[in-house]
Amino acid sequence: MKNLHNDESFQKRIDANEHVEPRDYMPEGYRKHLIRQISQHAHSEVIGMQPEGNWITRAPSLRAKQILLAKIQDEGGHGLYLYSAAETLGVSREEMIEQLHSGKAKYSNIFNYPALNWADIGAIGWLVDGAAIVNQVSLQRTSYGPYSRAMIRICKEESFHQRQGYEIMCKMMAGTLEQKQMAQDAMNRWWWPALMMFGPHDSDSPHTGDAVKWKIKRESNDTLRQKFIDKTVQQAELIGLVIPDKDLKWNAQNGHYDHGTINWEEFFEVINGKGPCNKQRLEHHKKYHLEGEWVREAATAHKMKKIKRERHHLTH
Amino acid sequence: MENLQDNQFDVWEVFIQSKPGLPHIHAGNVHATDKKMAVQNARDTYTRRGEGTSIWVVPSLNVTASDPDENEMLFDPSNDKMYRHPTFYILPEGAKNI
Repeated sequence: MKNLHNDESFQKRIDANEHVEPRDYMPEGYRKHLIRQISQHAHSEVIGMQPEGNWITRAPSLRAKQILLAKIQDEGGHGLYLYSAAETLGVSREEMIEQLHSGKAKYSNIFNYPALNWADIGAIGWLVDGAAIVNQVSLQRTSYGPYSRAMIRICKEESFHQRQGYEIMCKMMAGTLEQKQMAQDAMNRWWWPALMMFGPHDSDSPHTGDAVKWKIKRESNDTLRQKFIDKTVQQAELIGLVIPDKDLKWNAQNGHYDHGTINWEEFFEVINGKGPCNKQRLEHHKKYHLEGEWVREAATAHKMKKIKRERHHLTH
Repeated sequence: MENLQDNQFDVWEVFIQSKPGLPHIHAGNVHATDKKMAVQNARDTYTRRGEGTSIWVVPSLNVTASDPDENEMLFDPSNDKMYRHPTFYILPEGAKNI
């Protein structure tokens, strides 16, 4: 279809399920929405390394430590794929990091909760990555080409993340009474924040309208949340974990689980900086970004020296 | 061509060959100050699970791309030149192996 420079023909391309590539015409709102969403997604991957990184040195076995290292390395990689996708929209990596540090750009709320013990590592992999995967699988069909390609790559790598988390929960549920209690306690603390990862209900979601029209978002928050619940209940029951929702019950009429009310007040408090770890996560990122400054400077200086030397050779 | 604006280095496009005999396919990009760092970063970012046996990196600014506005002219399917396709030709009944 013709790549005309107006919003109407752009919408026609979207409606025809065409992908949009970096140099194609796109409405300013589309570009802005993508920059916000992709950079937030990238920041989430990178900030998400922190709660788990905290447990590398305390992993209960060499096997567990190797797995956790590989998972965290993947998350760094996923952050890079996403930063690259956002850069194709004309925003620089430095700008994105500045926006993260100034608080203008957000990251997923879930990483403002602490990982208190080893069972939390299980719950994070199983529930947090599980919820992220439901969202990311849907985003593989997003209309922006570079974002879609990043999602496909991420989904390929991510499925081990959820499995390793579930395996930790399985092991603990097959262990001592104390271990079972730890697993249940982690489940109790992570279940509701995991449901909140999908964002506000469709009826209160300020960004959904355009995102759906432009096919940036392919399924609504509530649809994705329901998919996650429906998948996860059986996995919990199989190993004897109780979902901490007394209103959760199977609805034979619509073939889904009904769930209790989500505490959105907590959600907005945490988003607005009152979560248990908001300050710690950002300060950690700033600290290491600053500490790495000399490495970036040295690499750049080395490059400049080489360019100078090459020019010298050319002129003599 | 070099990125002198900030300290986030230059962008390099990464192409991965999944095994000998197949083409190098675009995988994404990395930031790096030189060729060596670009290959190393590409290796760490894009081939952690046996995705490739060979990597090419090219400074993004050295890639020249076609203009999407010229797509219609450049990628016209040339339906008026059907003789480019083997099905255009009329062969005698019974001709074999052609």
